[in-house]
Amino acid sequence: MAATTQIKQLRIATRNCGFIDPESLDDYIAQRGYEALAKVLTMTPAEVVEVIKTAGLRGRGGGGFPTGVKWGIALSNKADQKYMVCNADEGDPGAFMDRAVLEGDPHSIVEAMAIGGYAIGATLGAVYIRAEYPLAIKRLRKAIDDARAMGLLGKNIFGSGFDFDIEIKYGAGAFVCGEETALIRSMEGHRGEPVSKPPFPAQSGYWKKPTIVNNVETFANVPAIILKGADWFSSIGTATSKGTKVFALAGKIVNVGLIEVPMGTSLREVIFDIGGGCPDGKEFKAVQTGGPSGGALAHKDLDVAIDYESLIARKSMMGSGGMVVMDEDDCMVSVAKFFLDFTMDETCGKCTPCRIGSKRLFEILDKITKGHGTQADLSRMKTLCESIKDTALCGLGQTMPNPILSTMDTFANEYEAHVTQKKCPAHVCTAMLTYTIDPAKCTGCTLCTKVCPVECISGTKKQPHVIDASKCIKCGACYDKCKFDSVIKL
Amino acid sequence: MSTIATLDALRAKREEILARQKARQNKVLINVSLATCSIAAGGKVAMEAMQDEVALNGLTNVEFMQSGCMTFCFAEPTVEITLPGKDPVVFGGVDEAKARELVTEYVMKGEPVEGIIPVTYQRVVL
Repeated sequence: MAATTQIKQLRIATRNCGFIDPESLDDYIAQRGYEALAKVLTMTPAEVVEVIKTAGLRGRGGGGFPTGVKWGIALSNKADQKYMVCNADEGDPGAFMDRAVLEGDPHSIVEAMAIGGYAIGATLGAVYIRAEYPLAIKRLRKAIDDARAMGLLGKNIFGSGFDFDIEIKYGAGAFVCGEETALIRSMEGHRGEPVSKPPFPAQSGYWKKPTIVNNVETFANVPAIILKGADWFSSIGTATSKGTKVFALAGKIVNVGLIEVPMGTSLREVIFDIGGGCPDGKEFKAVQTGGPSGGALAHKDLDVAIDYESLIARKSMMGSGGMVVMDEDDCMVSVAKFFLDFTMDETCGKCTPCRIGSKRLFEILDKITKGHGTQADLSRMKTLCESIKDTALCGLGQTMPNPILSTMDTFANEYEAHVTQKKCPAHVCTAMLTYTIDPAKCTGCTLCTKVCPVECISGTKKQPHVIDASKCIKCGACYDKCKFDSVIKL
Repeated sequence: MSTIATLDALRAKREEILARQKARQNKVLINVSLATCSIAAGGKVAMEAMQDEVALNGLTNVEFMQSGCMTFCFAEPTVEITLPGKDPVVFGGVDEAKARELVTEYVMKGEPVEGIIPVTYQRVVL
């Protein structure tokens, strides 16, 4: 109990979420809203960039590129027009922190975009947001309109001579559009396909003008850094990763929800102290971080201090902060297959390694989960993963093999069991599963015979029953119904 | 509506808002989490039930507000209630019955109601 009441969370990016009315500009101003923007307008753009650099803020969308460095590149690139773009194309399965910030504190994003715009010399901003976030769009639109009506956006903000305005661009929900070059293509009205870098968007982006694309959560930190100072921000976190990170805890965890913790918090603290562990007394098995681009961390990683580097070192990544928790009942091969199914659907198809590679990887995983896998498949899959990582055009393809590589690494025995013994240790892959009845436990209550849809269970009342494996369709109805735990999965 | 053209004007505006908020301190403040997910979980039902119960009991010192995600997905719908002079308390699992109970028990009598979510974070206030 003591552990759960300890204060382990620190809310910077989500500081206002749940505390203010997101549709009220007054509520935001009461939280010192737009003071950071006013302060910035008394500084030079180079000074603003320096503050963000010194703070050590890194991109919260996944890559972790230093935000100040990115802004600095755009600042040094002279152009008649530059753009500040907010990436709100949140697409990782199980991640919803960007929506939470946009729905809970939209003005912080508006203010931060204006700050960024001033820092790089942009007068126009755009939020690229998926159309399936209607409430976030509504509240963001109101925030932009209200700020504009108050003169906090538009011409000559705070009498400084700085002009900045924001428009909203809708995405159709393609995962690849979270990749910044694909996002820019989509904003221009083209197909959402990435292009090779360099040139980087900071050099030549939206309409070939210097463009900075930052994630929602990255922006949400900016006003706090400006008002509380770079030293305050950089005093939180680890040597290389400063500040906090918002995670979306999902899956087999008691306290499903959003959390925000200082960088360097251990996985154990996140899963057990804050998350409350797995429900129903089940044993924790793994947590997928970084969504379909990340990997699975297991027991051995529980004391890892979470930051960008430590996750990469474990073949995973920070990603946008999704954390999908798995317990003893989850099959890691099936988990990898789930993520590959996702990336296979979401690959844009422009480059061959990603388009065909994802399909082939999925096919091999499918074969393994159906009990037809071989040792050769495992080594073929590993080689294919490495080639895709080396040759795919964008981040989606380059990270797509991560769920496979990390699970093959950490749960090698599970892959082995699938291909050599044709067994799924977690009893998830139905093709390799047999249901039997333990005669010692069966009381002959006949409940199972009544729920079996194919009538493959026989036996006389008060005598142990038997399942005819040749007819069994492995639906699990008898297993769920039996009150004496006499139905066993093998 | 006049625009805010200087930092001083912004600060003056903030003082005015804070004074207005301070004037509310002798009222009960009910803050209902209404993000997409909280609405899907029944946040609006909870809000309407509480508004109805407040009206039924003829309470005049209760103010409602909406906010975004309170981060407690596991306990949606969530409602934060601040009684005059007390710290805000967040309640989880507020279905219609619980919503009405919160008004009749916690708001009207100050009686504790089950479902309190402890504060497990430190919030940065700018």
